[in-house]
Amino acid sequence: MTKSLNLSGISAHYGRTQVLKDLDLDVKAGELVSLLGASGCGKTTTLRLIAGFLQATGGQVLLDGQDISGVAAHRRDIGLVFQNYALFPHMSVADNVGFGLKQRGVAGPERGARVDEMLGKVGLDAFSDRLPAALSGGQKQRVALARALVIKPSLLLFDEPLSNLDAKLRVDMRVEIRELQRAHDITAIYVTHDQEEAFSISDRVAIMDAGQISQYDTPETLYRRPANAFVANFVGFETMIDLRVTGRSGGHVSVEGRGANFSLDENVWGSVPDAFTLGARADGLRVVEANESEGLPATLTVRTYLGRSYHYRAETPLGSVLANGPIDRHFSEGDQARLVLVPEQCCILPATA
Amino acid sequence: MRRYSPILAISAIAVFIFLLGPLVIVAAASVSNTEFLAFPPQGFSLRWFQNIFDVSAFGDTFLISLQIAVLSVFLSLLIGVPAAYAMSRFGFALPKALASFFVLPILVPQIVFGFSLLSAISVDFDLPVIPTLLIGHTIIVLPYSIRVVGASLATFDFSAEEAAISLGCPPVKAFFTIVLPNIRGGILAAFILAFITSLNNVPVSLFLTGPGVSTLPIQMLTYVENFFDPTVAALSVLLMVLTVLVMALVEKTLGLGYFVR
Repeated sequence: MTKSLNLSGISAHYGRTQVLKDLDLDVKAGELVSLLGASGCGKTTTLRLIAGFLQATGGQVLLDGQDISGVAAHRRDIGLVFQNYALFPHMSVADNVGFGLKQRGVAGPERGARVDEMLGKVGLDAFSDRLPAALSGGQKQRVALARALVIKPSLLLFDEPLSNLDAKLRVDMRVEIRELQRAHDITAIYVTHDQEEAFSISDRVAIMDAGQISQYDTPETLYRRPANAFVANFVGFETMIDLRVTGRSGGHVSVEGRGANFSLDENVWGSVPDAFTLGARADGLRVVEANESEGLPATLTVRTYLGRSYHYRAETPLGSVLANGPIDRHFSEGDQARLVLVPEQCCILPATA
Repeated sequence: MRRYSPILAISAIAVFIFLLGPLVIVAAASVSNTEFLAFPPQGFSLRWFQNIFDVSAFGDTFLISLQIAVLSVFLSLLIGVPAAYAMSRFGFALPKALASFFVLPILVPQIVFGFSLLSAISVDFDLPVIPTLLIGHTIIVLPYSIRVVGASLATFDFSAEEAAISLGCPPVKAFFTIVLPNIRGGILAAFILAFITSLNNVPVSLFLTGPGVSTLPIQMLTYVENFFDPTVAALSVLLMVLTVLVMALVEKTLGLGYFVR
């Protein structure tokens, strides 16, 4: 039966260093949730804590409402998939996959049948007698996946499972992981530092920073409506501009920042607080001709060619920003231009100051 | 055809002569048909080989040496494998000096070590010779057990052990079913290296052997002090053959890479 997972008020320490601070996370039954963050943010610690290899110094780990904090790792019924596969080098593929069943006392014939079935699902039926050393990276990770799935665990944990594979295989494997997770209807936690990977396979993503969850939401919301500057930066809003409202009339809001004035339409932007930070991707600032009536005046400096468009570094009254220019209009470095905001590629964040 | 410079060739030959020369001399002297050690050998006789078996002390002390070697190596592995495991697995949480601490028995001059064991164990506790020898040898071979098993563990990926635990295997069982089979080669290599070390040891045994109870190397020393005939040379040849056989066995099963690595 598919189970839900709740972390409530989890703290963890390595010696005196606190690595997790009062962390909460709820994962619904059957969901695939990614923990996303740079190394050292606490995502792997969180995973190891759920697996039972680390003890929290505070808080509870609830599996379907039951506190498993005191349950030993080998009794937690959790499948783990590691970055470096962690196959048993001295056992054949079939013995690797059958190991968990053997521990559960599943008898030989039934075990063999279930191992064969699972190897079939990951496309490795022909490899059951091989030793792990004779497999490619992708095949090894499939064996690891089969080994974790065959015990029908209440929870499946992935620790950067695709980091050792090459780019093409990574994309194929993540689709495969998602399909298997759905097909078996197993709740899963997926740790990665790769934003694209996390967003592409997860129902929800928790972006972690310094032992806390910065924002926990669907990939779509995270990508478009980051809740704070850290998440905004993480999902590619490179330019941050501090602004304040100077006047409101009808749906139009006049804003000012470092002497530059412009207006935002609340019908497009949503409600605008009195003081805020505007986050913009490079695509959120479009370069137009200097003689246009709208937009922030700018001097273009460095130009980079991206194939579908140009990126410019632009000096504006608001500081140096990255902007996007059309492929068919070639501005030269040093040209005067104007920058127009593209609302879909911008976000409004709480004021940082 | 590759051509080697004459200097390289000459130095290589010199090294071989330096390494093998003494062994050849001993082997040649062992078959000398004289009452004293002679090189070049005069005549040919195997009677000194026969004499090894006539001197009962050699047989007796060889058995003691064998017994001490097997037991002390076994004990050193019993201590060394868990110690090496703990240092590889939890090394980050242990003091750095610990690894150095375990090689101390190699670093401390063995003659000093033998003497301190004599005063500490034999005199203060009045332990019989065999247990004293056993303790001494266990300590001197312990560094080999820890280092060789540790080298083997260094290449082992402990996440496999965690994988086993997550699959429902209790930690102790995971050690025996997952870790141990993968460091078997290292343990065997440690066994052989420690075994040879114990079998050859003189400085520590010298202090700990007592009246009537001795090890083979000490017995050989004693014999040479009293008789200068080629018996010891003959015995040395037998020991060399034994060592070569053991090494050949290791080479066949593991490859000597275990020692060179």
